[in-house]
Amino acid sequence: MKVSKSPWLMHYDGSSCNGCDIEVLACLTPVYDVERFGVMNTGNPKHADIFLITGGINAQNAPVVKQLYSQMPNPKVVVAVGVCACNGGIFKECYNILGGVDTVLPVDIYVPGCAARPEAIIDGVVRAVALLDEKKKALSQEQVSSKEA
Amino acid sequence: MIWQILGTICYIILAPILGGLLQGIDRKLTARLQGRQGPPLLQPFYDLYKLFSKEVVVVNDVQNFLVGGFLLFVVFSGALFFFGGDLLLVFFSLTLAGIFFTMSSCSANSPYSSMGAQRELMQMMAYEPMVLLVAIGFYVATGTFNVKEIVLHNGMPAIVYLPGIFIGFLYILTIKFRKSPFDLSTSHHAHQEMVQGLTTELSGSVLGLVELSHWYENIFLLGVVGLFLYKASWWSAIAAIVVCAISYFLEIIIDNVFPRVKWQSMLKSAWMVTLVAGVVNLMIIAVI
Repeated sequence: MKVSKSPWLMHYDGSSCNGCDIEVLACLTPVYDVERFGVMNTGNPKHADIFLITGGINAQNAPVVKQLYSQMPNPKVVVAVGVCACNGGIFKECYNILGGVDTVLPVDIYVPGCAARPEAIIDGVVRAVALLDEKKKALSQEQVSSKEA
Repeated sequence: MIWQILGTICYIILAPILGGLLQGIDRKLTARLQGRQGPPLLQPFYDLYKLFSKEVVVVNDVQNFLVGGFLLFVVFSGALFFFGGDLLLVFFSLTLAGIFFTMSSCSANSPYSSMGAQRELMQMMAYEPMVLLVAIGFYVATGTFNVKEIVLHNGMPAIVYLPGIFIGFLYILTIKFRKSPFDLSTSHHAHQEMVQGLTTELSGSVLGLVELSHWYENIFLLGVVGLFLYKASWWSAIAAIVVCAISYFLEIIIDNVFPRVKWQSMLKSAWMVTLVAGVVNLMIIAVI
């Protein structure tokens, strides 16, 4: 059995127009139904495996995003959804925008689009899930080597 | 005696398997009711495995101890019930388990988990009178609190004497199963206004233990539903299983049909049902 069989997802909306947000929620509806992969939407960083961020990072939400990330237990994966989360998008030149999510967090998966389509988001989540297994493996190897040392 | 010990061992080994399957069926049915395909049947086991293989972020060690107490006393009450012990003791130890769980979320000192704890206390206040009435009802109907003697008592199944109490118990079962409209303190659905309530500050294997306790608890509660029909014969065993299945299905439908209510409505309606269905039933059989 793999960790990836049960990816619980936390969704945070940064500085976006809400378009990608609505598409993320569309993934949960009967048409796309991400729960068939075991994905559960949780509002709690301590239960989450995948951190899904839509929208860019601004001066105000940077500490929030960092805080949420630090509260998630390992192994964890960060997915940036939409062009704003990837590099700031249309808001990039605004005075308050720091840029994409990777300005504050190590992003694992970039999902392009404005707004990102549900199919693309699901694809991103599935890739994130595969990465989760790799990270888990690396984590257990790390533990073994630290015990030996 | 052999059967009693066998019942206890079966409960301890099989309850988590059955409880997990039950939750899998629950999630599948819920998805179908919403027009979705839903997760695989074994999804709850995948979830549990994942939780046990994740890093544990511990807020304080007392919390782990208290969650351990929750699991221990839930298993104890279920084991005692399937052993055929005293129904009152069973219900009191279940309450103690609930108190352990509430205290574990109080100890985290986080606003969301304390909010969940306060709501959990409110829920306990709502369902506890009915739980006691169930024990009293069985006593009045059969003259004993002992589960084994209730089963072996000559006469009709208890549901014939206690239809009102049975309905009242089904009503509070919605609270115990943490189903909408009464899933105030914590829930599997994403109620984001209080994050995850009781389980907000739990993670990894500690959360896994809570999940496991819930499976034990659900099977035990369905056992109480079965006790209303079970009379130590094969046909009554089938009847008990069928009624348990129907009750659980009913809870899933209720979960999907009704929106969440405020605690005031929960408390008022639960006590009203206790009073009307439970107490009136008790008075009638006491007179007859």
